[in-house]
Amino acid sequence: MAHVPEDLHYSKDHEWVRVEGDTAVIGITDYAQHSLGDIVYVELPRVGDSFAAHDAFGSVESVKAVSEVYAPVSGEVIEVNESLQDEPEKVNSDPYGDGWMVRVRLLDPGEVDSLLTAAEYEDYIKKETE
Amino acid sequence: MTELSLKKTPLNEVHRRMGARMVEFGGWEMPVQYGGGTIEEHMRVRTRAGLFDVSHMGEIEVRGPDAIAFINRLTSNNVAKLVDGQAQYSTLTTPQGTVVDDLLVYRLAADHLMLVVNAATTDKDWHWIQQHKTDEKVELRNASDDFCQLAIQGPAALDVLQKLTKTALDEIKRYHFRAGEVGGVASLISRTGYTGEDGFEIYAPPDKAEHLWEQLLEAGRYGAPDGLLPCGLGARNTLRLEAAMPLYGHEIDETTTLLEAGLEWICKFDKGDFIGREALLKQKQEGVRRRLIGFEMIERGIARDGQEIVIDGQRCGRATSAGPAPYLKKNIGLGYVPVEHASEGRRIHIDVRGRLLAAQIVPTPFYKRPRR
Repeated sequence: MAHVPEDLHYSKDHEWVRVEGDTAVIGITDYAQHSLGDIVYVELPRVGDSFAAHDAFGSVESVKAVSEVYAPVSGEVIEVNESLQDEPEKVNSDPYGDGWMVRVRLLDPGEVDSLLTAAEYEDYIKKETE
Repeated sequence: MTELSLKKTPLNEVHRRMGARMVEFGGWEMPVQYGGGTIEEHMRVRTRAGLFDVSHMGEIEVRGPDAIAFINRLTSNNVAKLVDGQAQYSTLTTPQGTVVDDLLVYRLAADHLMLVVNAATTDKDWHWIQQHKTDEKVELRNASDDFCQLAIQGPAALDVLQKLTKTALDEIKRYHFRAGEVGGVASLISRTGYTGEDGFEIYAPPDKAEHLWEQLLEAGRYGAPDGLLPCGLGARNTLRLEAAMPLYGHEIDETTTLLEAGLEWICKFDKGDFIGREALLKQKQEGVRRRLIGFEMIERGIARDGQEIVIDGQRCGRATSAGPAPYLKKNIGLGYVPVEHASEGRRIHIDVRGRLLAAQIVPTPFYKRPRR
C-alpha cells in the first residue's frame, strides 16, 4: 500500500504539497512513483517561472513513459531540486523527502483548501486501483 | 480490447503471486515488470541471468516431405541450409519485399519444421501460411497452445540451466537446439534469445510451465543478490533495443522492406524463388531510399517511439523504438532516415514533444556482449 503522510495536501493528479509559511514544496506521491516505475529523467521549471493551478510545470520519465507533472496550486518557483538532474531515482526512493521537486511562493494560499487531505487521497487511490 | 478477452499464459497466476505488474501486449496479459523494476531486471540479465515467460509467442508446425521447400518459398532466409537441430532467424515476406512477421525456423527433421512467431501476429501468420499453400505436401498445425516458452538469458544462464539437465549445454552452439529434459520435463532447449546475451529458450508442455519456472528460480538462487531474477516485457524491450534487435510493428512491418531494415543478411537471393524476391532484387539494384539507423542522444532528454527525426531542418524520418538504455546509461533509438543521411556520426535532431534535441547516428548494435 502506498505511503500517504498525514501532514500533506494532495491533488487528484498525484502531486503532494507541503505548506511552509507563504511557500509550498511540491512533489509526486509514493503512489505516483510506484505506478511510473523506475524514474530516469525529471524535467523541472526554472526559478522565477510562474504557473497557475493545473498547469503542467514539468515531466517525469520512467523507462517506458513520460508523465506530466501538474501544479496543484498557483505559484512562483523560488527553488528547484537540481539534484534530480543527476539522481532522478530519488523520486522513487524518497518521494516526500529527497525526491521533492520545486518550492513555490503561493499566489493564492486559499487554493490549498481545495486539495485532498491524506484520508481523502487514500480513498481516492483506493478507488483508482479497484 | 477488453480485459476479459485477453489471453493468459500458464504462468499468469504465478506472475501475480510474485508481484508482477500485468499489462496488455499483443492480445495477451503479460508481466511488464516485477517488484524490483525494469532497470534491476535489465542489469541482472547483463551481469548474471534473468528468467522470462515468453509463452505468448506462437508456434506453427510444418510437417511433410515438402516442408523445407514450402517454407523456403515463404521466407527470406535459406531453410535448405539448416541441419537437424539448427534454427535460423528469418522473415515471412510480402510480394513487395516487406515483412509479414519475423520468426525463428527450427528444423526438427527434414520433414518437420517449427516456426516461432510473434504473439500479436500469430493468427495473421497462420492465415498467411495456409493461404500460400498450393500443391505442396505439407501438414500445417497451429501448435501455439501446445507449448509454454521460458527464456533464461545472461552470462550465468548456462550454469543455472545445466543444474537441471543432463544435456551438455556447452555443446549446443548459438542458433542450435536439442531435445532433452529440464527438471524432468521433456523440452526443446534452444540456444537463442532476444536480449543480446548468451542464453536459452525452453519449449515445454504448458501444464509443466509452473514446475519448470519454480525449478529454474531455485536452481538460479532466486532471492540472492546475484540470483536469477524474473523479468518482464519492460526489460525484454530495453534489452533488445540495446542489442538493436528489431521488434515487429516498430522497426519492421508491412510497410518496411528487408533492405531498408538492414536485414539483407537474411535475404538469400541465390536460394531460388521466394515471395518478395523480385521486389527486393529490384530495390537492391536501384538502391533503398531510406535506411534504419541507430542514434544516441547528445542533449539531455529521452527520445521515444514514433517521434520525428529532423535533419537540416527537414522532418524526414521517425524513431521506431527509442528510450533509455539502462546498461549503457545513454538515451538511444532506432529510426528510419533518408539514405543520403544514414552515415555514422551524422548530427540529427529528434522532436521530443515540441523540442528539437540533438542526437547523432551511431553504429549498431549499441551493446555487444563481451566475448568470454
